[in-house]
Amino acid sequence: MIRAFHRWPGLLALALVCILSLSGAALSVFPAAERLTAPQAETRLTVARLADRIQAVYPGVEQIRRAPSGRITAYWFDQGAPGAAVIDPATGQGVAAADPSQVQRWLTNLHRSLFLGDAGRITMAIGAAALLVLSASGGVLVMRRVGGWRNWFARLRGPRAHRFHVEVARIAVIGLVLSSSTALWMAASTFDLLPDSDPALAMPAEVSGETGVALARIPVLNQTPVSALRELNFPFPGDATDVYTLRTDQGTGYLDQGTGALLGWADLAGWARVSDTLVMLHTGQGAAVLGLILGLLALGVPVMGVTGVWVWLAGRRGRPRIRGNMSMARADTIVLVGSEGGSTWGFAATLQAALKRAGHRVHVGAMSGFAPERYDAAERIILLAATYGDGAAPTSATGFLERLRKAETARRIPLAVVGFGDRTFPAYCAYAEEVAAVALAQGWAQLVPLDTVDRQSPQDFARWGRALGEVLGCDLDMAHQPVLPHTETLTLVSRRDYGAEVQAPTAILRFALPKLTLWQWLTGGGFARFEAGDLIGILPEGSALPRLYSLASARRDGFLEIVVKKQPGGLCSGQLAALEPGDTVRAFPRPNPGFHAGRDRAPLILIGAGTGIAPLAGFVRGNARHRPIHLFFGLRHPDSDLLYDEEMPLWQAQRRLTRLVTAVSRSARPRYVQDALRGDAAEVVRLICDGARVMVCGGRDMAAGVADALADILAPAGLSPAMLKAEGRYVEDVY
Amino acid sequence: MKSLLATLALTTALTLPAIAMARPVTLTTALTNYGGDGAYLALYVTDASGAYAGSLWMAGGKSKYYKHLSDWYRATGGDTAQVNGITGASVGAGRTLEITLDLADALFDAGYTLHIDAAVEDMRDSPNEVAVPLTTTGAGAPVPGRRYVASFAYDM
Repeated sequence: MIRAFHRWPGLLALALVCILSLSGAALSVFPAAERLTAPQAETRLTVARLADRIQAVYPGVEQIRRAPSGRITAYWFDQGAPGAAVIDPATGQGVAAADPSQVQRWLTNLHRSLFLGDAGRITMAIGAAALLVLSASGGVLVMRRVGGWRNWFARLRGPRAHRFHVEVARIAVIGLVLSSSTALWMAASTFDLLPDSDPALAMPAEVSGETGVALARIPVLNQTPVSALRELNFPFPGDATDVYTLRTDQGTGYLDQGTGALLGWADLAGWARVSDTLVMLHTGQGAAVLGLILGLLALGVPVMGVTGVWVWLAGRRGRPRIRGNMSMARADTIVLVGSEGGSTWGFAATLQAALKRAGHRVHVGAMSGFAPERYDAAERIILLAATYGDGAAPTSATGFLERLRKAETARRIPLAVVGFGDRTFPAYCAYAEEVAAVALAQGWAQLVPLDTVDRQSPQDFARWGRALGEVLGCDLDMAHQPVLPHTETLTLVSRRDYGAEVQAPTAILRFALPKLTLWQWLTGGGFARFEAGDLIGILPEGSALPRLYSLASARRDGFLEIVVKKQPGGLCSGQLAALEPGDTVRAFPRPNPGFHAGRDRAPLILIGAGTGIAPLAGFVRGNARHRPIHLFFGLRHPDSDLLYDEEMPLWQAQRRLTRLVTAVSRSARPRYVQDALRGDAAEVVRLICDGARVMVCGGRDMAAGVADALADILAPAGLSPAMLKAEGRYVEDVY
Repeated sequence: MKSLLATLALTTALTLPAIAMARPVTLTTALTNYGGDGAYLALYVTDASGAYAGSLWMAGGKSKYYKHLSDWYRATGGDTAQVNGITGASVGAGRTLEITLDLADALFDAGYTLHIDAAVEDMRDSPNEVAVPLTTTGAGAPVPGRRYVASFAYDM
């Protein structure tokens, strides 16, 4: 719901808010420029002295104005000809032309009315309202995403465009709320929707009738500092009934031109002060630095516009049409989707197509439409549940859990849950887990055990599909690839083999960098930029389903390196294992920014087993700045599958690697990497308390074992893996 | 005074049919290219003693800016009722404002003066931009303004 409040104002008013923010940002420069260029009055200068100086130079002066920037302008008549100038208050002399710059005037008119008069003003006010709605709904979305106001600046995870969008938003939102709400106030004031802020002060009924008091002898002008001046109007020459009119920050008054007496005074109403302050906050006139900051923040709007549209399009691309959807009453299989951005619908479509081919009647719908009493023919329910932010229900699953808890009378149909999420989030698939737990507690039979799909991994989904196929007694072909990326041909340069003796044939494969096209070089596309920890998708011959491998090298290393273990019967690993130098494969890069070592100096605790060593070795290789790195590596036997056995001593000698701890599983005393951690608990706790970051790469079981071990190790120090994860100090790359 | 105001209010209402002892008068105000936003103009009449008699036209719809038409504002206390029904859009630089009103004969050759106050955003206020006595002989003779008005004329 909130998302709709964010998406539609954003898309509909995109052009408008971009014009508003760009012109606003450009305008924000002017008050600062004016503040810097305008000659400033000395502190303690009184209005009387200033007016005296100006009158000495321009005897026909009729008005003196002071802008909030301190710029003083005088208007006069000299022998019937009007004149105006910016005044140097020290001399009373004009130093610059008074009329505003044409550029500023043009920008101002664009900004507030698109040159369209009142219709344009209303349009721009609607734009400001859209910006306010966007800021508010965006704020709520950010809060849900990071899990509360207190985590507002927490480290972000997820796809790049989305992350960038939020990154900009959470900084800019304060400024945008301020700018757009003050804009609405100013629009309301322009259209007289607010009470009159400046009640008229009646002209004095009686004046002395005399003229010609010296300015220096007018007490009020002597008491008023120039810093408080807004405007001083001189009496019309030859009109003895006219008066001096003085406007200051405090109010408005009339002064007798014969005696200098104060004839009337009206304080600025509280309402007017509020109004003045809001105008100042909006325009930056009188608050130049704030104006510049707001202008800078406004530049975030077009950036968020572009990334926002990008996120929206990506969500739409991932949502295919469901063909031949059955009604829920006739379907034997009910597939319900809980999706936030829309990508999970693509998996639902793949699942539906596969089940249909296997002869099932399938209904696909949103989890929020869960209605078990109407599933007359259903034999199974499959829930595809994403998680939003800190374990919250995704949009299309709103209210599902309440319905599930209330569905007491409904038939208990066997039910399966698949969680979709991003393992770099602390609450990975937390919503799916909650759904599965509630279903179990309510007595719903489990069709297949809960499984999870990390970052839309096609392999994860295919693996779950096989499990489902076994239960249904059919072969489900679920090659789901949301969008097949552009692939490049990679040529093998060298290979090193390990592990044959311990039944784990593993190879370190090194490929040459493909030549970049000019476009890739310019845009950073293709293999133009990658780091250790990023992924590479390899498309094996005879399959449309890419397999992802972690990269053990960065672009600056000058090659692409992966570590592959030959799986029994594995299509892709089999082909890779058979590669000889000179052979080629088709591959594409997949950024994995959540699993980069980062540039800071905090110690790293790297934990990996088997082929999980690949990105970790890449981090060590790239550690030219001697950041402390402690590597815990699990292997079968040091004589057979100690991957990177040649480099490790070298890296230690170069101080790229501080310490290597190995855990050997095929020995008299089998040890796994989690055992190695427990054995080194004191040092691990010390490092983590010093700010170390933990990075884990390997199989699921190993990752779970490591998490358990760390939980035990850290508990005495009052820490937990979940806390580290929330700070971005515990990241996993699991397969 | 009061009766005269009533007459003015009647005669300045454009929608009313022409009444006896009144004639259509065309007021033409041509602005210079002063290089700013649209000008607010207040056209009003003072009597022989200089006292405000009534308003003829207000060019500019936002009453919050009326205080910059300082003579008119001072004379009326900013009372927008004075220009109810006789308010139009502000006049752009270089443009001409032409209005036709039925003015009472009694206004001519009786010491009345027609004034225009002008104001432009972020530029000088120009009260008493134009001050021209209403006489039958002066009709059709253009007079220049002080800052924004290139020429003003009333034709009968």
